[in-house]
Amino acid sequence: MIITKQKPLEEILRNIGPKPVFLVGCSQCATLCHTGGNDEVIALKEQLTSKNIPVSGHVVLDPACHRQNNKRILKDHVEELKKSEKILVLACGNGIQTIAGLFPEKQIIAGTDTLFLGEILHASEYQKRCVMCGECLLDLFGGLCPVSQCPKSMLNGPCGGSSHGACEINPQVECVWDRIIQHLKKQGKLHLLTVVQPPKNWSKAGEINRRI
Amino acid sequence: MSNHSRLQSILSEGRFAITAEIGPPKSADPHKIRDKALLLEGCADAFNVTDNQTAVVRMSSLAGSVLLLQMEFEPIMQMTCRDRNRIGLQSDVLGATALGIRNILCLTGDHQSFGNHPEAKGVFDIDSLQLLQIIKKMQDEGVFQSGDPLRGTRPTAFLGAAANPYADPYEIQVDRLRKKIDAGAQFIQTQSVYNLEKFTTWMDEVRAQGLDKKVHILAGVTPLKSVKMAERMKFHVPGTDVPDTVFEQIRNAADPAKEGYAIALNTIRELRHLKGIHGIHITALFWEEIIPALVRESGLLSR
Repeated sequence: MIITKQKPLEEILRNIGPKPVFLVGCSQCATLCHTGGNDEVIALKEQLTSKNIPVSGHVVLDPACHRQNNKRILKDHVEELKKSEKILVLACGNGIQTIAGLFPEKQIIAGTDTLFLGEILHASEYQKRCVMCGECLLDLFGGLCPVSQCPKSMLNGPCGGSSHGACEINPQVECVWDRIIQHLKKQGKLHLLTVVQPPKNWSKAGEINRRI
Repeated sequence: MSNHSRLQSILSEGRFAITAEIGPPKSADPHKIRDKALLLEGCADAFNVTDNQTAVVRMSSLAGSVLLLQMEFEPIMQMTCRDRNRIGLQSDVLGATALGIRNILCLTGDHQSFGNHPEAKGVFDIDSLQLLQIIKKMQDEGVFQSGDPLRGTRPTAFLGAAANPYADPYEIQVDRLRKKIDAGAQFIQTQSVYNLEKFTTWMDEVRAQGLDKKVHILAGVTPLKSVKMAERMKFHVPGTDVPDTVFEQIRNAADPAKEGYAIALNTIRELRHLKGIHGIHITALFWEEIIPALVRESGLLSR
């Protein structure tokens, strides 16, 4: 799941200006993290209207990153889109770019900041799990990822700064290396950590296109 | 220009070594390094030059090390993985050894969020163990990390790493030391010792595994100058262990600096006789002028 957070309303207002705007949300990630689902799109519409900014229409795409699907859904909104020079997108950075690609003549306004690829711990808490490095090393570390969860991405951790299992950078976050050690210890597999892990092949993270 | 590390000679001959830290200035002024060096002349066998410690921008450790070389002081160039990727680090290893630097301490580095540019992007392409391994391979096999061969002179440096007996989780710390030795560490400088009991327990385990025979361990000592510093070390610096007894001693002292000095002196005396300890590494944060007295009074000068 791509975790996003909505930009502050003042920033959104500054970028929109007084002219009409069309609102786009996303039925998937942005809905699940309460940043761009139907409820959030309607709420933002009401806020904008109350500030005298006309909203020419709105839609929740399914999902916003699906280019061909977007074309189909947006056919029903052609007239509304014509009335706005601006489209405000409440989706992840990918969704925003997909809309930008479909409407090269319009001004695209990002309504969210995209934070990370993570897990839904509870309905209102999310945690980073993956940086999409292109070469998964999870089998080396008992299924816990130091590349994405250690602030220094250490493959030969821990760094020595954690205290009682809390990360030195943010004591609210558990030290992933502490968790790896406790987990492997329980499994009787601490020996997995005696090997010096070589530098990571980051060229695998450089893929920008994939055809199947 | 010497082709060999003097620190390595001292340690391999079984003599007790002293190293001391010189933090480069937040300026382009070479005199700041030179003045600190003159103050410490004769007090230590080699001098650590820190690499933007606590992620605060300072004169580079490479430049600081060269300034020491020009005065015929032996530098230990610290290298962290926070600000350079494997290309930059290997390039600096070649440059440093070409300029005559013969000791390199490999560290992962403090996270940028602790420094004066918390908005910076940390590099962390590799970690301290991988840096050790990479430099060792450049030296022993004449290849870069990628496997591409060096052409011509290989770097030669005495390789060091840090160890922290007070880090969490404790149970992994001796294994981690062994891993650093496997990766290429020839000497170790430990976290500053305030909790002697825990340090002794750690050393017992180090000796039990025979690691003191495979690597030269220099125990860290940092004199506490004030109550404020003791508070910072006890409550705010990650991975340090100032026991309540030491903290109370400083807090109740009429002259905290004098007390801190006495504690450091006692710590050095105890550490010196701890089996497996081959030297002392003194880091006197903003209190370098205390080092000569500390070295003299602890009897280390006549070692």
